[in-house]
Amino acid sequence: MAISRREFLKIMGGTTAAFAFPGVILQGCKKALERAAERTPVIWIQAQSCSGCSVSLLNAVDPDIATVVTQHISLNFHQTLMGGTGHRAISVIEDAVARGRNDYVLAVEGSIPTKDDNYCTLGMVHGHHVSAKKWVTDLARNAKAVIAIGSCAAFGGIPAAEIRATGDNPTGAKPVSDILGGLDKVINVPGCPPHPDWMVGTIMHLILKGMPELDEFRRPKMYFGKTVHEQCEHLAAYKRGIFAQKWGDPGCLYKLGCLGMDTGCDIPRRKWLGVNSCTGSGSGCIGCTEKPFPDYGKRGIYKHLTASLEDIQRIENIEIREAVLSLRNGGTING
Amino acid sequence: MARVYLDPITRIEGHLSLEIEVQNGRVIDAWSKGDMFRGFEKILRGRNPVDANQITQRICGVCPVSHGLASSKCLDAAFNIRPNKNGRLLRNLVLAANFLQSHIIHFYHLCALDYVDIKAILSYSGNDEKLVSVREWVKQEVKMKTGRYDAITAAAPFLPRYEGNDFYIKDKDLNFAAIAHYLQAFDMRMKAHKMVACFGGRAPHLIGLVPGGVTQVPTAAKVREFRKNLREVEKFVNEVYINDVIAVARAYRNYFTLGKFTNQLSFGGFEEDETLNKFALQRGAYLNGAVEQLDTALIKEQVRYSRYSSGSDLHPLRGDTEPNPRKGGAYTWLKAPRYKDQPMEVGALARVSVSYLSGNEAVKSEVNALLKIFNADITAVFSVLGRHAARAIEAKLLCRKMYGWLDGLDVDGAPRNSYEIPENGEGEGLAEAPRGALGHWIVVNGKKIANYQAVVPTTWFCGPRDDRGVRGPVEQALLGTPISDVNNPIEAARVVRSFDPCIACAVHVVEGDRRISSMKIV
Repeated sequence: MAISRREFLKIMGGTTAAFAFPGVILQGCKKALERAAERTPVIWIQAQSCSGCSVSLLNAVDPDIATVVTQHISLNFHQTLMGGTGHRAISVIEDAVARGRNDYVLAVEGSIPTKDDNYCTLGMVHGHHVSAKKWVTDLARNAKAVIAIGSCAAFGGIPAAEIRATGDNPTGAKPVSDILGGLDKVINVPGCPPHPDWMVGTIMHLILKGMPELDEFRRPKMYFGKTVHEQCEHLAAYKRGIFAQKWGDPGCLYKLGCLGMDTGCDIPRRKWLGVNSCTGSGSGCIGCTEKPFPDYGKRGIYKHLTASLEDIQRIENIEIREAVLSLRNGGTING
Repeated sequence: MARVYLDPITRIEGHLSLEIEVQNGRVIDAWSKGDMFRGFEKILRGRNPVDANQITQRICGVCPVSHGLASSKCLDAAFNIRPNKNGRLLRNLVLAANFLQSHIIHFYHLCALDYVDIKAILSYSGNDEKLVSVREWVKQEVKMKTGRYDAITAAAPFLPRYEGNDFYIKDKDLNFAAIAHYLQAFDMRMKAHKMVACFGGRAPHLIGLVPGGVTQVPTAAKVREFRKNLREVEKFVNEVYINDVIAVARAYRNYFTLGKFTNQLSFGGFEEDETLNKFALQRGAYLNGAVEQLDTALIKEQVRYSRYSSGSDLHPLRGDTEPNPRKGGAYTWLKAPRYKDQPMEVGALARVSVSYLSGNEAVKSEVNALLKIFNADITAVFSVLGRHAARAIEAKLLCRKMYGWLDGLDVDGAPRNSYEIPENGEGEGLAEAPRGALGHWIVVNGKKIANYQAVVPTTWFCGPRDDRGVRGPVEQALLGTPISDVNNPIEAARVVRSFDPCIACAVHVVEGDRRISSMKIV
């Protein structure tokens, strides 16, 4: 079943009224987790990532990251946060694989290179460097669930983008689901970066309520089920036909290449850090939670893009229709 | 003699490992290795130039603002426009805010666990709610997991760690305070990110950086929100962060003599006026005891020990770089950049030392005040502790600067100048990232990216030996470091972390193109 933010807070043991009293939420959550016996271990592996997802995770507000790590889950392994270095760190995942542990959720950040193991290695076991691909394969085998964190892990993202001249990719970067042969325990939480609520909320849903309802791209519907456009701050401007011509202008950002109509994401309502959003800041949506990001065929980010010719010809606003048609024919957007 | 591997170096950004040779308790040789590669510049070619603004930010999730700004400046130059005053100030503000989040995360969340004893919390008897909660958590973890199949994960992710008699701070109260500040710092770095999102749309990976300025109009409400968070973060920097750096320095005084490296390079940070040539933190190269004027034509990258099969000792714009994951003798994905054939350190220490030696009075007064506490002269700053102190000083100075930039904004005014993408163009964009000097270069042909290059901070200091076999800055800084136990080489980890490595940044592809060689290198 889909959960809203309000319901998510309920899961956390609070209500929206309790929002102002984090202690109440914490208490409620503790009880819920006591019922769940103990904290579910999470093993977080970074492959071809920029760590942006991890940095975004640290921006979690309700609950904050310290509470998540010490109360809600047992973060067994996370390269950026863990105390251990070198073999002390690696011993944790080496031990998990050797014992065939099956009690953890595996989170993977970043795409997996397939052309050569040397494109991404993590640690040494018995004197040999171990590739990210091997860790992900070995750790996924017995994991309770695998969460592909961010667009690189979920869909390939920027490391998997094509070289325009050849159509090839430098490292053969692949999403986690490709490496695992489409395991049905993979959940995709895309976004570049994903909002911290999407990451923490998905993990908490798994722990407290089981697998969340997923869409055709294996994304939790509770976060990606509605488009940016449907929830956009500029929806009224769009309906009145007010369009920004240049960045910094008021109005709907469609003519500047906003991909809000094609993108499932709740940022206009959820907001980044509670203060701003991609559309609200006057930039527009770049479609980072969608599978074609950032290639969008041959078109790239700042152009409009995925609609069919028939769909475009049905656009009533002449200005918009012409702008989109000119982009399709290779025109550029000047901001 | 022992060969010791630190793989991975955790608590940094990305995939770095270290190989050291230890003899008679000291490091006698070192190899710094970047273990991940993606291929950004190859991917950028043939795309809409404006896409570079978004794509290059994904080089690094810790310093995306710097990549976004270097890219914006590059595009400004190629499109032949400049930011308006609001654009310049808003860019300064988001960059400075990200410096705050980065420096705070670096000291507390990446480095502190090399000094602070998390286990000390077990003896906490005070009534701070958060500390009590951490104590109960550690207790419970140890009690529940001891002797069990998952014993190794008790109090993870803080344990297991390197263990040794004198590794961690003994003073209980100092440990309690540091743990409390570690927790508080999560909140503070998040508030710094709120500031970034105020004018940048989101953080990390700002949506609002575009040629000519930013997209966010500085409304009164946004300015108010920014200022509110700035006040809180500034209080933390001035009253907590700086004092914690001093406390660690008091407890680990010998680290003023460890991790030594002196060559420093700064591209200059935070434009102070519309000429874009006057900086809050100065530009220059500190070599052989003197600061020289920066000349980016003197930058070359060498690849003898890097996993690339192509030519060496070339300016980044002339380099032709083909990855070769199995190249014999190569041990890293990082190249070895050199300035006037010398390895250079970049980062807060470079900015602060170049500014100090260029006569920046604000920097001098802060640095001298700290040196006085330790009865040390300026040479002490080229060390592990000097790097931590430089970041704290920089954070303090930037907070002060930001009020002025906020006051200078034309509220509700246009946040940028607009552009038209030209048929052809070229541009250089120099910026500073929290961890050092960053340069982007672009060539536009037929309104598309013909070539794109980035030379990034961590490549400078974590790079390998050069063609002559001269070690990179981190490799040199490690020489002589005492290692008390080869199975727990915490001392080497402290040296490396003090540089604030960011490997995702360092290992981009410099996919050179010979056609670009006609470009004038400024």
